[in-house]
Amino acid sequence: MKWSNLYKIAIKSIMKNKMRSLLTSLGIIIGVSSVIVMVAIGEGSQRRIKESFSSMGTNMLMISPNWRKVQSVSKGASGGRNSLTYDDIEELKISCPSLSGVSAIIKSSGQLIGGTGNWSTSVEGVDPDYFLIRNWDLSSGRIFTKREVESKKKVCIIGKTVADELFQGIDPFGQKLRIRNTPFKIIGVLDSKGQNSWGQDQDDIVLAPSKTVLYRLKGRRDVDRIYVSATSDETMSIAEEEIDTALRKTHKLAPGEDPDFRIRNQSEMVEMASETSKTLTMLLGSIAGVSLLVGGIGIMNIMLVSVTERTREIGIRLSLGARSKDVLMQFLTEAIVLSLTGGAIGIILSFLIAHGLTKFTELVPYINPWVVFSAFTFSGAVGIFFGFYPAKKAANLNPIDALRYE
Amino acid sequence: MNRIIEMSQVKKNYYVGDVVVKALQGVDLTIDEGEFVAIMGSSGSGKSTLMNIIGCLDNINEGEYVLDSVNVKNLSRNEYADIRNQKIGFVFQGFNLLPRTTALENVELPLLYDRNNRIKHPEIKAKESLDKVGLSDRIDHEPNQLSGGQQQRVAIARALVTEPALLLADEPTRTLDSRTSKEVMALFQELNTQGITIILVTHERDIAKYAKRNIVLRDGKIIEDFIVEDRLIATEVLQSVTDGAIHEMV
Repeated sequence: MKWSNLYKIAIKSIMKNKMRSLLTSLGIIIGVSSVIVMVAIGEGSQRRIKESFSSMGTNMLMISPNWRKVQSVSKGASGGRNSLTYDDIEELKISCPSLSGVSAIIKSSGQLIGGTGNWSTSVEGVDPDYFLIRNWDLSSGRIFTKREVESKKKVCIIGKTVADELFQGIDPFGQKLRIRNTPFKIIGVLDSKGQNSWGQDQDDIVLAPSKTVLYRLKGRRDVDRIYVSATSDETMSIAEEEIDTALRKTHKLAPGEDPDFRIRNQSEMVEMASETSKTLTMLLGSIAGVSLLVGGIGIMNIMLVSVTERTREIGIRLSLGARSKDVLMQFLTEAIVLSLTGGAIGIILSFLIAHGLTKFTELVPYINPWVVFSAFTFSGAVGIFFGFYPAKKAANLNPIDALRYE
Repeated sequence: MNRIIEMSQVKKNYYVGDVVVKALQGVDLTIDEGEFVAIMGSSGSGKSTLMNIIGCLDNINEGEYVLDSVNVKNLSRNEYADIRNQKIGFVFQGFNLLPRTTALENVELPLLYDRNNRIKHPEIKAKESLDKVGLSDRIDHEPNQLSGGQQQRVAIARALVTEPALLLADEPTRTLDSRTSKEVMALFQELNTQGITIILVTHERDIAKYAKRNIVLRDGKIIEDFIVEDRLIATEVLQSVTDGAIHEMV
């Protein structure tokens, strides 16, 4: 029997029972749309995490002090001497050709007084390369110079949130700002970066020359972190090796010895942060997958009823010369058409739901074409799987009994 | 003249639980092309079984059965399906049309299952077939929009569409009133004059009289096989009924 005929017969018998067909497909519709929407929500949040990481900077590597074992005794990074110093930074600048920028990070915080009020925030000491590493421009003013870093000048650049809080309606450029009672001069305002992956406001910050913060605010000699950027995406791994070699040299570590520093790149951090959301996506997806399966059972149920109800029709077809396979294919096609139609409606529905979610909630679902494709394919597979038994039952009917069936 | 049916010592048993029902106990039967045979018998005589066997809906246990020079003993399910499709035209007592399907589609149905695509243009062929039974103006009607007689004529058109060797009618007039029955018999007689071989299964003697030859079954055996001497011609009967009615009205 020709495919077009099979398809025609299937459509005809589906259209004869519109309401029932719709209800049958409903299981698949809900299943497919929920799989797509659930996965889209999960992927949406994953993408958001990735985006916020890429807002951290381009080709960035983070070097931080690490726990180190000294004669089998673990020493915490915070216990004892911090392992990163300005000597390390100098060495990195000299011996790592794959690096396009190196900046010390000195973390501090404090009460700011200036402009119209006061505000408590974090203060970071950085080097001029920092702005390149983090791909962070200023909305006004200028960045500080190398010289200002070396001479521990009391200048600072403020984030947008700080500018809004302290200098509403005033141009902060050139204004005085007291950080923990030390007066600083504002020389620039940063572009807005928004929230990072942990929901932290990245604009709520004051940046000052690293040595200024280190000596005038902290009174210590070591560096909290070193941010570097590789010259390109391809040189990231080479850069990591170069950093490792350079720091092992300055820290006088024997080859093979556990390093007292740690190099992390963005993809590691992205991975870490998106791990939870990946698990969540899988969980949501599989719950939705179960509903798709239940939809398939619904199809089987209705097809079984349909086979019983149409026993006489099957008898007529068999007596007119339909082979068992023809009847099998007829009912199987019907099941597949039902499930694929359900799948298609489900896809349309999922797009509508995703649109609604984007519009009316905080969620930003991202519909992956691959998920749409596999949900659709899966709905077809469900149709074949659950349609087969009823179709087989129909095909195996004895024509005489089927004709006599009342 | 071709031999359409050749049966010798055909036996068929059914098992109802542990009980063996000997439905056919040795049937010898030959039917030639162009014959119009009525198979008669009371219920339980084995005529339904014989019809199922002739129609290749059922296998035989013993004996030989050659249908249109094909030995149809012990064929597979698929082979039986193909034989039914190509050699047999069924007309059932309950019409057995597909509901909510137009007359044309009903008539086309057997052609959809023709594996050899003997008929190139199913739709044209189906229209011709409906034309033959005088329903060319009803091709888009569904069964519930047709009268009983019209439905049976659609069923006959469906049986004819594959150009079968044999038209097999099972109590075709059972659900029809007497006038419509006569009309259907007139159609059968007309088709027979065109050379179509017809086997009619019936329990009504009056209907059997429209056939050329009668076969009577009892207890799974043929007990009578004779040529109908006082054969009725349906058109004449209809004419006289109409005349009578007019006469009464006058």
